[in-house]
Amino acid sequence: MEPVSTTMNRGDFNVIASWIKPGERVLDLGCGDGTLLRRLIDERGARGYGIELENAAMLSALENGINVIQTDLEQGLAGFGDGTFDHVVLSRTLQTVLHTENVLNEMLRVGREAVVSFPNFAYWKNRLAVMKGRMPVSEDLPYEWFNTPNLRFFTLLDFESVCQHLGIAIRERQVLDEVGALVHEEANFLGSLAVYRIGRD
Amino acid sequence: MTTSVGAGRTPSHGGVGAVASRFAHFDTELTLQSGASLPAYVLAYETYGTLNAAKSNAILVCHALSGHQHVAGFRADNQNDIGWWDNIVGPGRPLDTDKYFIVGLNNLGGCHGSTGPSSINPATDKPWGADFPVVTVSDWVAAQARLADTFGIDAWAAVIGGSLGGMQALQWTLDFPQRVRSALVIAAAPKLSAENIGFNDVARQAILTDPDFHDGHFYQHGVRPLRGLRLARMLGHITYLSDDQMAEKFGRRQRAGAGSYGFEVEFEVESYLRHQGDKFAGVFDANTYLRMTKALDYFDPAANFNDDLAAALAPATARFLIASFTTDWRFPPSRSREMVNALVKNGQPVVYSEIDCAHGHDSFLMDDAHYHAVIAGFLRQVGS
Repeated sequence: MEPVSTTMNRGDFNVIASWIKPGERVLDLGCGDGTLLRRLIDERGARGYGIELENAAMLSALENGINVIQTDLEQGLAGFGDGTFDHVVLSRTLQTVLHTENVLNEMLRVGREAVVSFPNFAYWKNRLAVMKGRMPVSEDLPYEWFNTPNLRFFTLLDFESVCQHLGIAIRERQVLDEVGALVHEEANFLGSLAVYRIGRD
Repeated sequence: MTTSVGAGRTPSHGGVGAVASRFAHFDTELTLQSGASLPAYVLAYETYGTLNAAKSNAILVCHALSGHQHVAGFRADNQNDIGWWDNIVGPGRPLDTDKYFIVGLNNLGGCHGSTGPSSINPATDKPWGADFPVVTVSDWVAAQARLADTFGIDAWAAVIGGSLGGMQALQWTLDFPQRVRSALVIAAAPKLSAENIGFNDVARQAILTDPDFHDGHFYQHGVRPLRGLRLARMLGHITYLSDDQMAEKFGRRQRAGAGSYGFEVEFEVESYLRHQGDKFAGVFDANTYLRMTKALDYFDPAANFNDDLAAALAPATARFLIASFTTDWRFPPSRSREMVNALVKNGQPVVYSEIDCAHGHDSFLMDDAHYHAVIAGFLRQVGS
């Protein structure tokens, strides 16, 4: 499996970076080679940590000068105290997590706010692929069904529903199409990738 | 708590070549944490690579329970006497002698040339024996700082160690925050568990109850408590390995002639442990062993901070690499994560690697590709 960030358009990074205020403490879960954190550190003066389990990606993050913590995502979160971070970022990773509710709750325990981006399974091209009888393969869902690390397939509406179920407040939402341009209407149909800023009221 | 001396050996080809120990004499009194003091002492050390003009490229290697100053290379008079961490030190190796000046030493209380219980006590003209004070991790760091002074090294680029050596690296960042730019704390723990201390005490009891121990003054009796030291090492050795590794290495294999319903060596694992015990007892000093295990037991930087490790680590300014090994049950990854979590809580810079390696606690001495890549990568960030 190629490191995600070198093969994909990372339009969500622009959105995430715009939500991080200078000097914030940021935790990036599944930070890959550390591209996002490096940007947040350089552009925002963020004080960042990344969690990355995979050996090659962890080494790349290390070479990028990231404070990278090589451990299982859920184990890593458990060790951090309440409110340790201003923002906890989970970029294109929620769909690979087994204990979805636990991770969302934990992110909002250790972080004041969380930022979550994920591929929208209800994107029209994905719908079309399924209509034609095949699982979708796209810019934001770049794997075949037999080699995908994704465990969960869900939509904007599904995510908003689980947030409501968990008492999580959606503070802001940006939706991108396949080339990373902002989508302003019919988000659950035209959006390929969603980015949410969430918290607790 | 380690180690099997020489477990990290690889053929010295491409390493630092022939080396010799040197000895630094100190005659400024060193007051120890216990309140005792040493009026004068010697530290045995070796160096590899070249100290640059700015004296900014020095790395200190701290040894564990049974280690010493002979970290890398081989002795000119014995090519088989390879340093205990040779696989990591040398040109192009993670502790790259083309870039760094590497210092290894034998800690105070040791038995490889530094002043210790088997040295002559100037007050009595006899070996110190039981009268040699108990030394702590902080005491070692204080002595190491004086060794740094002799080189004119104001700040180490890095202090690195595994197990008890990692504890020294951590202590450096607390006792001399301005003198250490980075600390590599490997297969260590912020303090021993009750189980760890229990193992140490069984090992000590094996020595203390050996009739040849003579209350620590065995030198005058012309004997050594070999039986106790051997048992201590056999016990310790089990805790350095992993269950899976022992199963793979020995399983229940038996030697020829086994099944005699007696107590001679029958299983291969018995043969191995007895051999390790004999080898160690032949060369190591029992009083040193007692003191090294006591230094481990006492290590607890959070003790003066209401057990708040984050508060204890707050003074450190170094960048940290904390590394643990999945099969290490002596200091498992959870113990390393305690340190990581405390540093993250404080917002201090830390990299953590949890390395999948089969060799238990001794993994830190192994030539594992990811492990060595992590150390090399971390040091590249530190720079020379």
